Amino acid sequence: MNKLLEVEGLKTEFKRAGGNVMAVAGLDFHINSGEVLGLVGESGCGKSVTSLSIMRLLKGTPGQNAGGHVKFEGKDLLRLSENEMRKVRGKELAMIFQEPMTSLNPVLRIGKQIEEPIRLHLGFNKAKAREHAVHMLQLVGIPRASEVMNDYPHQLSGGMRQRVMIAMAMSCHPKLLIADEPTTALDVTIQAQILDLMKRLKEERSMGMLLITHDLGVVAEMCDRVVVMYAGRVVEEAPVKELFANPQHPYTQGLIRSVPKLRQKVKRLESIPGNVPDLSHMPQGCKFAPRCAHVMPECMTTEPELLAVGGEGRKSRCWLTQQSEQKGGSAV
Amino acid sequence: MGRYALQRLLGVIPLLFVVSVVVFMFIHLIPGDPARLIAGKEATLEEINGIREQLGLNNPLWQQYIDYMGRLFHGDLGNSIRSGLPVSDMLATRVMPTIWLTLFSMGWAVIMGVFIGIISAINRNKWPDHVGMITAISGISIPGFWLGLVLIQIFSVELGWFPTGGVDSWSSYVLPSLTLGAGIMSMLARFSRTSMLESMREDYIRTGRAKGLHEFIVVGRHALRNSLIQVVTVAGLQFGFLLGGSVMVETVFSIPGMGRMLVDSIAFRDYTVIQALLLLFATEFILINLLVDLLYGVLNPKIRFDSK
Amino acid sequence: MSQQSTAAANSSQGSGQQPAAPAKRKSATAEFLRKFSKQKVSLVAGIFIILLVLVAIFGPYITPYDPSAPDYDALLAGPSAKHWAGTDEYGRDILSRLIEGTRLSLAVSLSAVLIAAFFGTILGLLSGYYGKWLDRLIMRGSDVMFSFPDILLAIGIVAILGPGLTNVVIAVAVFGIPSFARMIRSVTLSAKETLFVEAARSMGAKDRRIIWRHIFPETLPSVIVNVTMKIGGAILAASSLSFLGMGAKPTEPDWGAMLSMGRDYLSIAPHVVYFPGLIIFLTVLAFNLVGDGLQDALDPKMKN
Repeated sequence: MNKLLEVEGLKTEFKRAGGNVMAVAGLDFHINSGEVLGLVGESGCGKSVTSLSIMRLLKGTPGQNAGGHVKFEGKDLLRLSENEMRKVRGKELAMIFQEPMTSLNPVLRIGKQIEEPIRLHLGFNKAKAREHAVHMLQLVGIPRASEVMNDYPHQLSGGMRQRVMIAMAMSCHPKLLIADEPTTALDVTIQAQILDLMKRLKEERSMGMLLITHDLGVVAEMCDRVVVMYAGRVVEEAPVKELFANPQHPYTQGLIRSVPKLRQKVKRLESIPGNVPDLSHMPQGCKFAPRCAHVMPECMTTEPELLAVGGEGRKSRCWLTQQSEQKGGSAV
Repeated sequence: MGRYALQRLLGVIPLLFVVSVVVFMFIHLIPGDPARLIAGKEATLEEINGIREQLGLNNPLWQQYIDYMGRLFHGDLGNSIRSGLPVSDMLATRVMPTIWLTLFSMGWAVIMGVFIGIISAINRNKWPDHVGMITAISGISIPGFWLGLVLIQIFSVELGWFPTGGVDSWSSYVLPSLTLGAGIMSMLARFSRTSMLESMREDYIRTGRAKGLHEFIVVGRHALRNSLIQVVTVAGLQFGFLLGGSVMVETVFSIPGMGRMLVDSIAFRDYTVIQALLLLFATEFILINLLVDLLYGVLNPKIRFDSK
Repeated sequence: MSQQSTAAANSSQGSGQQPAAPAKRKSATAEFLRKFSKQKVSLVAGIFIILLVLVAIFGPYITPYDPSAPDYDALLAGPSAKHWAGTDEYGRDILSRLIEGTRLSLAVSLSAVLIAAFFGTILGLLSGYYGKWLDRLIMRGSDVMFSFPDILLAIGIVAILGPGLTNVVIAVAVFGIPSFARMIRSVTLSAKETLFVEAARSMGAKDRRIIWRHIFPETLPSVIVNVTMKIGGAILAASSLSFLGMGAKPTEPDWGAMLSMGRDYLSIAPHVVYFPGLIIFLTVLAFNLVGDGLQDALDPKMKN
């Protein structure tokens, strides 16, 4: 399988008065073409910063790139000029965001906003761009598509706006869609509809997807593989079924335990004791050690590597799992 | 939009009423007998009594107010104490110079102010921002009459590029408009900077960048559109500042407008003229604010497409 | 976790001013002073204002010449070693007149703004605290005042009362009242809802005590900022009125009046116009800069 996106040693730092801090501290993962990769973790662990770093959309945030590579079909996005990068954004890499209520410009008509990338990247004239935009709106299941073209965002519901965002992102046939918590702000029933839509479009267009979420229910439903992030690092990587069946890292285990068994209510994943560590006060060894139930002396002093463990395509960053692997025993 | 517009329109009526009462009361608030004031210093007792009779000053105040309003609706603003001429005739030639002056001033102030605001916002905390904001706070602090005199000294007296005063040609308006607009320009520069910085933080700006739009489009189309709605509102509210400033600028540049007329009539205690001008200025200000409110409704889709 | 990092982490949530408990107020003041002194421009402007105040106090002792003594040998003389800012049409030393005028200008503007602040604050407190018809009455009243462009309102008032500096003070004060009233009203409204006012009321405190002891201190920072911001405008307004011949008498060493007199000699002796205007400009600029600095220090949301 060929790799669509390879993230290698990606580092993003936040400018702070008392010295810069690492929000993303050397991230490694890849996405195969046509695959849905889930990026999971509590809020504050660097998921969104990662997506913005890949898209190079850190402008206006305190973040700045501090090294690493983001190879998209072999070319390193971090080495492109701003002009070259603009040709990639919206065309080959598209993105949708968590807040459909504020992600659309309130004073521009829906049609105008969808036509923008179409005219820019596909070079369509006004009439053709409009036709294509209407087609995209129909594709994402918006009724009266040609009327909605003349509406303003505030005239649509949250679910409808997220559909518009998806239509806009998909309009130039991107090879990779980055979706940052695309359903978090929506009602549960609407969530399911939007996820179904994304799944359908992904199948139809054989597009890769990076799905960022804190919701393991969404992960189970959508993803092929999962990368679990903690404190700006990958702590575990696994195919989705194996991750749920046999989580290796204590953090992943905690996340899975904190999901309510019957998914009536999507709770924030906060049943792991303690909080994500502050960026400027990172623990010295394993970043999860202060919250970990299985903490050992070496966890406090030395950070473990992300190493293959427990089976095909699996990795974990934990002394305990790596030790038990060496002993040939099973994980905790 | 319809309901919004109606609300605004109805809101103006009580305001106009109270303003008319205040302006009507003006002549009664001046210490002394209004009839004597209007008749002038050398008037005989008969003349004073004649005026009192003629203007109905013996009637109760409410009756006088109704008569006053009745005359207003027929375009009768009373006669000048000094010249005896109808105030409305005297005003005829005075209105246009003031209108031109305020329009030109507002025009360049909005364009330049928004321009500086944008440049400052996109270069926040860099040198263009500092230059822009120093210009802006200086513009707010500079006394208009002094700026006018300095401009006359440099560009009329020394360089001879523009006339020192009057309204004989369009070039006569250049220096006065620069003077009058300086303050508004500065306020708008500061305001559009803040407003642009707020817009630039919005999520839809990130969306625009994620679409691959050029930063120029992101700023010029997405951020600016949102900011302009607020800038227009603020510019409108500052119109009163222009009307007030026109008094000063018309005096400095000897422009025969309404502001100059006000200063002259105060010097000659021409109370009927003062009264008429105060009413005109206040009404104009209220109507401009109404217009701005309506314009805001048109520009802001949230209001335009709200309740039918 | 250090305070700095939490502050940075919370900065996105906006730092709405929490009504500090009295014990905490001291540290809030220290924090405020620290922030204010970090703004170098405002600091320089503040020093300039302190100098002006000293000049206003010690004016008569430091004037190089008698401000009203004519020197007919040096009419309209340009700046020289003898007369640093030149002389006016009677040969009076302009620098001495400017120094003498400092007291006049500061006194006029400060008293006008303080009068406006006094009445505006009372009206704002009443309006915000009692609400209902009183609030509506006061707010509609200020709407009416706002419908006269401010300087025109002042001109109208001077037209009624007659020219003179006292009347200028009254006129400038009157048009300053509504903006104070509105601002204090909004602070009062938010302060009224805070816990300790609720608590005071539930313990049966009288309205007057609640307003005076609990709400008024909350409005104080806003009053101070607004007073500073308004002084610049008041100096401009007062000197404008004097320039139009509605304020100070030509014999008084008022900055605006000096400009007005000097106007006639603009083409032959521009320094007569330049220096008084420059000092008005710098003074207003200094007050505006300090006002900006105070506002940023109290409301840092806008700065970053």
